[in-house]
Order: sequence, then structure tokens, then C-alpha cells
Amino acid sequence: MNNITGNPAFALELNELTVRYGPGCPSCGESPESLDRNRCPVCGSVWAVRGVSLRAREGETLGIVGESGSGKSTLMRALHLDEAPTSGAYFLDGGEENLFGVSPRRRRYIRDSLLGMVYQNPYLGLRMFFSSGANVAEKLIAAGSRNVRGMTERAEYLFRYMEIPFSRVKEPPRNFSGGMQQRVQIAKAVANNPPVLLLDEVTTGLDLSVQARVLDLIKRVQREFGVTMIVVSHDLAVVRLLADRTAVMRDGVIIEQGLTDRILEDPRHVYTQTLVNSML
Amino acid sequence: MVKKRSKHYNFAFLDEGSKRVIRRALLKAVAIPGYQVPFGSRELPIGRGWGTGGLQITLSVIGPGDVLKVIDQGSDDSVNALSIRNFVTACTGVETTTDSGEATLIQSRHRIPEAPLKAGQIMALQVPMPEPLRLVEPHEAVTRVMHAEMDYAPMWLALYESIVRTGDIELGADYPVMVEDRYMMMPSPIPRFDNHKLHMSPALFLFGAGREKKIYALPPYTRVVSLAFDDHPFRVESTHGRVCRLCGAADVYFDEFFDSATGGRLYQCSDSGYCEKRRRAGARATEPAAPTA
Amino acid sequence: MAYVAVTGGREAVKNAAVLLERNRAAGDGDVGLDALEKRLGLLIDRVMSEAGLYAPRCAALALRQSEGSPEEAVFLLRAYRSTLTRAYKSLPLDCEDMTLHRRISAAFKDIPGGQFLGATYDYTHRLLDFEPPEARAGGGGGGELSHEAPVRAPRVTRELRREGLIAEKDGGGAEPRDITMDPLSFPAERSARLQTLTRADTGFLSGLAYAGIRGFGPSHPTVGELRTGELEVLLVHPLFEGETISAGVIVVTEVEALFSEESAEAKREARDDPLLRMEAGQGDKADKSSAGLSLGMGYGLVLGRNDTKAIAMSVMDYFLSSPGDGILQNQEFVLLHGDCLEMNGFISHLKLPHYVTFQSKLDRVRRGSPEGTGSAGSNGNESGSLPEL
Repeated sequence: MNNITGNPAFALELNELTVRYGPGCPSCGESPESLDRNRCPVCGSVWAVRGVSLRAREGETLGIVGESGSGKSTLMRALHLDEAPTSGAYFLDGGEENLFGVSPRRRRYIRDSLLGMVYQNPYLGLRMFFSSGANVAEKLIAAGSRNVRGMTERAEYLFRYMEIPFSRVKEPPRNFSGGMQQRVQIAKAVANNPPVLLLDEVTTGLDLSVQARVLDLIKRVQREFGVTMIVVSHDLAVVRLLADRTAVMRDGVIIEQGLTDRILEDPRHVYTQTLVNSML
Repeated sequence: MVKKRSKHYNFAFLDEGSKRVIRRALLKAVAIPGYQVPFGSRELPIGRGWGTGGLQITLSVIGPGDVLKVIDQGSDDSVNALSIRNFVTACTGVETTTDSGEATLIQSRHRIPEAPLKAGQIMALQVPMPEPLRLVEPHEAVTRVMHAEMDYAPMWLALYESIVRTGDIELGADYPVMVEDRYMMMPSPIPRFDNHKLHMSPALFLFGAGREKKIYALPPYTRVVSLAFDDHPFRVESTHGRVCRLCGAADVYFDEFFDSATGGRLYQCSDSGYCEKRRRAGARATEPAAPTA
Repeated sequence: MAYVAVTGGREAVKNAAVLLERNRAAGDGDVGLDALEKRLGLLIDRVMSEAGLYAPRCAALALRQSEGSPEEAVFLLRAYRSTLTRAYKSLPLDCEDMTLHRRISAAFKDIPGGQFLGATYDYTHRLLDFEPPEARAGGGGGGELSHEAPVRAPRVTRELRREGLIAEKDGGGAEPRDITMDPLSFPAERSARLQTLTRADTGFLSGLAYAGIRGFGPSHPTVGELRTGELEVLLVHPLFEGETISAGVIVVTEVEALFSEESAEAKREARDDPLLRMEAGQGDKADKSSAGLSLGMGYGLVLGRNDTKAIAMSVMDYFLSSPGDGILQNQEFVLLHGDCLEMNGFISHLKLPHYVTFQSKLDRVRRGSPEGTGSAGSNGNESGSLPEL
């Protein structure tokens, strides 16, 4: 049910997103049941995301869990407008434009001004040879700021907030530890107060103690910036800590979604039950 | 000074078909100020990188009635200016001048004359590197998309980083500008001192990059703004306290000389035509060539 | 006045011309154009190839005028060609119709039509010869031949093609782009790539191909066939339908180099597997055991005799057609930096005065560091440098 404008009740609304790689064919187009997991045995096309709909109210955090290959990273790239979908509609803040249909220039504006993204791999999110301060400024510049002092002060403020030693603002992030790099990424992502923040496996690969501190920081940002968040993780523990509601993805579709507590305490789908059991 | 032209070659060297190709590119460039138009750059008897872009423009727009001025580093008498002027007069026979006010067509490398240009004049500038975004992105395929999407953030970021690291924007000549708030453009390697002469000029500016095969233009009265931050304004080279040792002019762009006798520095107008004209009108240095420390 | 500004450019340029004229007229007697054209044939060929103009007598003129500098001679030919109107396009030439002068294969010992070394330095000993040619054994003519070249022969790769072992590259059959009229744009189609490569500077191309084969490129070639010979250039008759006019005969060298590569199916699988793209290294790798290998081909064709350039061209053609991120597979890197005129013009323009831009740099440096200890940046741009992104 694709509506043509966004519902004002939601800060973020995604309707029936489908991302297919490959040509598609009558077999997989008409009967998704014929797929072998997410792959069409006839034409070889992969349906990375199929008919996924998400809604998040302002300030709400939505968790998405699933294993590698479940389509959650593709979903995240589509939400950040890095991936052209096969079909679907995407609205922010009850807006009237389907963000999947806008011009490249408008897309760039939305990415720079309305969205913040934190990647699992900091090399995707940061310029490793630029000063950390400039990395934060980049987001401000892209959103139109042309004031050096203003941007520098904003970077300094965010560094204090993210508990990054102020002395390191001129250092490039390549000198930093993994946890510190994620802090710089978060500072950059929230630099111009975007209404929506996308977090893709942000703590994966970090030591447990470092993970805990980065998660603490995200919880603070969640509380104090009033930002709507989409948190993708293969780790149910991360989602339990951060998400109000959770969707479980497998083979490109959402198999179950609801309040995070409910999902954890009363998982209905067999796959979700396996996930929950393996966590405990 | 009129010279007789060579009979072995077409008027203005290039065949008429080539001239038309270049003029079509020029028209497109004028229609989209600051946008780099690719064109089928021809090989000329002077070297690639020695002004073939500017020269192709000159050869394509010049007519027998034009009065030509050719300058390099501000000077009409520098070797490359001479070489280009000799070539153009040999194949066109047009009149030449050193007075920018009398010229209908001025080809220049690295300078815009000190005397304000007038409506009806054409300025052809030689461009070595037409792409401002090359400072931050090596690939042509990428920079074309960046211009299309007006994705200039990487350039601004590089300027910001330069300020953070060194306290200043580390760019000398060929300081990039924004044209009509749309295209980022290289003004050719003129000093920053000359950038303001592009803004709202009554003359037509044509830019030719022969080796890079690009043409771009500023039609008369185009808004041209040098890149700067709100709290970090664009600054031109300092001319403070300097006067020309020959004509006494201040507030012009200078050539600098070392005086090996005193160890001091001497200054002289970089625009030789301007200096000459002032001296013909009686201007002299107030103090006889006093070296400044 | 201790220092006088450089003026008198007029005199300087005139004196330079006088000195050049002295060099050209040095020694006893003129360099005969006929001797230049016939006895320095490899140099003539190189100049014609890099100029993109097949005109041996003009090339000889150019070399005589430029004290034998190939890049100056290329320059003269290119500038001359700029003034000529292009009246006709030739019909496509087929190198299988070549009247052969030389033909070798490094892939097969015995090839249909046979191998024939032709005139080559490959197996001569490079001992400096102090005698004039007329005084050598055989009295200047070089003696009798024991074998004649085959007149025509099919390409070595014909049989491999028939077996379906060669993966054809893109661009066959399409109307080629004329890079001299229509500048390169990226990604460049194959016809534009091949034209750029065939006009490239011999040394540049050989150096790149060498670097690629040593390990900076994706693959190692086998010369399937190298052939040199004559081709007749034909034009469609402007008046009589169905008739052609001969524009003359040119000598060219053609190389087909073979590389083993993953077959088209294997490449398609790798490319289309979104799991590989999506979650690099996390998804299951596609099973490629069924896909197998095929032969990739690189193509080289240069005006005149120039084995090394033709082979280097075939190697670079293959690199540029292969997927990958290596610097030698980067079209802009390879195609924009090998033109004889452009590279020599740009490097030599650094000799021109840069007083104005250097003053501007000095202004930055002096302001930035009062002691004058700063450095003026340079990255090939007059602006100076910015931090690298």
C-alpha cells in the first residue's frame, strides 16, 4: 500500500521497499515463494530486500536484527539514499516527496542535512588523513556553513560531548583507536542535528569494554539530541539496549516486528526464537 | 604595426571548419558562464602548455579589423608573448598594440591589465589547469558529476583544513571563484590581486585550455566571487608600501627584484604596457628607485 | 642599478633562431631527404606513429628541420595536419589482407603460413659498426635471401576464435570515435582508447606495459602474433557507386597478445553476486568451479615498423579492458598522460617565466612564516596545494 505522501505522525516512513540485483524474471517476479532463500533459481537474481515497510515516530529508536546476508545492510544503504531501490517509497517528517525519486542534487542535500550515518567500518565514514575536527566540519560545510570559527567551535563542543580529548581535534582519525574512531563518526553524524540517525553495526568488532562505552554514548545522544534512530545489528544485546521497537529480518523480508521487550520475551517466529535462545 | 601575412597558410592558421568547432564551443561557454565545455582542441605550431588554448580562441575569433595585444606575465615584450604575437600577425596581418585601451582582443597569460577593460573588448586567457576540483579529486569522470550536482563540499573542506593546519588558505595564484553562485571556476593563474577584475566586468572573458581540451567563459557583467569563509575573507597579495621604481604607481601588481648592492628589494609594474603609458604621460617614481628593506 | 629586469625579448627570440639555424647548417653538406626517409626508416616510422599522420616525406622534412628530435618532428607534423581539411574517410582495413614483411608467433611453433622474421634487429649482435654500409659484406645490398616471406596468411588467432576460446572485447563493429575531432570523455569507449594508445609516445607506452607485466598490472601476455606488412588504403569513390579509389599503401605492425582470464560466465557470476558486493567477505562465495578460463586478447596496431610499441599497446589495451582498480587499468591515468605533444609541451612550459604566480606564492609564504622558512606548495597547479582528501 504505497501512499503518495508521508504520514505526519511519523518522522521516518518506509513503504514496501524492494531492492533486487539482477534482471528479474516472470518466475521470481510473480511468485516470491519460488525463491531459494532470496535468490531466484531461474534467472539468478537476488532479492536483497523485499517489501519492507518501517515507521518510526520522532525520537523513537527502531532496531533491525538479522544475520549476514539478511538484507539489513542493503536496507540501511537505501535509507541513506546510497542505493537506488527497485521499488518503494520513503518519506521523512510527513513530507510530500518520495525521497527515492528526487534529483541527485536534492538527494545530496537530504543526505547532508537530514540524515546522519555511522558505519561499522570507520574508513567508510571518515576521511582518515584529515584532522578529526575537519571531519566534523565536513558535515557542516556540506549543509552550507561557511564560518570557520563557528564550525571549529561546534567540533570542539561535540568532541567534549563525545569524550574525545580536546587536544586531538587536529589529529587525523587514522591515529585513533577503533572506539575513538566511532566517537568521531558519531560526532560527525550528529554535527548539524539531523532529525534521523542511521547506525550500522557500530560496535561490531570493538572490545567488549569499548563497546559498552560507545553504547553508553549512543544512549546519551538518543536522550539529549531527540533524534530518531535506526539501529542495525546482528547482536540482539545491542538492539535490546537501544531500540524501542525491533524488526527481525531474514532473506530480505521482515519476519517479525514489535516492541523490543515483547520480541525478546515472547518471540513468535521460529527463527527469532533461535536468535533469542542463542543470545541467552 | 601592421605586418604582411604568410601566403602558405589560411587566415589565422586554422582551417575554417576547425574555427567553427571552436566558436560553437565558445557560444556554449558564454551561454553557461563558468561551465567547462570540452572541445576538439587542435594542435598548433606552439607547444601544448604554452598557450594553445588561448591561442585557439584568438585564432577563432580574430578578424582583419582587430587590434591585438599579447601579454605574458603582464609584459608585452616577454619571449612567449612575442612568439605568440609574431605567430598571430604572421598568419593574420592584424594590427598590434601594447596599450590595453586600444586593443579589441587581448591574449594573456597570468595577468589581467591594470587599466579597467571596456565593453566590446575580448580577453582570451591561457589556462593550464581548468578544473578547480582537480585540487581535491584526480578523476575527470568524478569531477564532472561533482559540477553537475554542485557538490563543492570537498573543496570547501580542503580550504577549511588548510586554515586549521596553517592558519590560512594555502593557495597562491589561480585562486578559484564561484560564478553566478553556480559553477566553481579557475580564473587561470592570475594573481589573487586580479580576481576582482573578473567580477561584473564590461568585457568578455574567454578561457582556453588547449592541452586539457576545455573552453569556458564569463560574459560581460557576470558575478564572480572568490572562495572565502564568512570569518576568513579572501585576501589579495600585499602591495603595501610598494611603488613602481619606474612610474611611481602604487596599488598595482609588482615584479620584484633583488638589489645585490644593498640587499634590498625593488619593485616594478608587472603590467609593462600600463607602466609605459604612465611614463609617456609624465609619471615618475617620486623617490629615485629607493630600495625597501 | 645592480639588476636589470629582463627585457629585449625580441632580440632574444631572434638570436635563438639564428643559433638554431647554425645548428641545422652545421657540418659538411645537407642531410638528403631521401637518405633520411629510407635509411632512418625506424625513426621515420616512430615519428609518423606518434604524430598519427602517415607521411614519410613530411616526417623526413620534420626530422631534418628539428635536428633529429623525434618529439619536435611529431610536433611539426601535428601542427601541419591541423591546417588540412579532412575530405574522406577510408574503408576499414583488414590486416589479414596484409602483404607480409614479417610475421612471428610466440604462442605456436608452427603456424599456418609459417613464421618469417623479416628485417629485424632481434637476432643481430649489437656491435658498433665502424664501416659505412657500402663497405660491408655483400657490397651494401646485403646478399641473397634463402627464403621469401609468405605473401598473405590467416591470423594465428583465427583457429582459436573458431574454437571459441577467445573472449571478444567490446567495441567491435561500432562507428569509431575520432579523438582528434571529439575529445576523450570517460569512461572512454574502446575505439577511443585504441586511437589514443596508437598515437601514444613509444617510451611512455613501453614503460607502462613493462611495469604492468612486472607486477603492477593484472596479467602476463603471450604474443599470439606479430605481423608487419603493407596494406592498401581504399576510399569509397565519391561519384561511382560501388567503386573504390586507392589512396596509397601504408606499412603497419599489428599484435594480438593473449592472456588467460576467467571466462565471461565466471566474471558475470562474480559481478552479479550481490552477496559478494553487499557484505564483502561475509556472504558465501559463489562456487566458480564450473566456470573455467578463457583467453583474453589485447590488440596493438601502429603505423610503420615498431614491434615494441605494438606489443606494449596490445598489453595496455588488455589492461584497460580488464576490470580492476590498478593504476594501469585506470583510463584517465593511462590515456591522458601519454601523448607526445601534451607531455612534452606541459613539461617544457615550466621553462616559461612564472614571475607572477611565484610572487603570489612568495606572498603566501612570507605572510605565513615571517622568517621565510615556509615552503611554497606545488602539485602541478599554479594555485599551490591543498590538503589531500
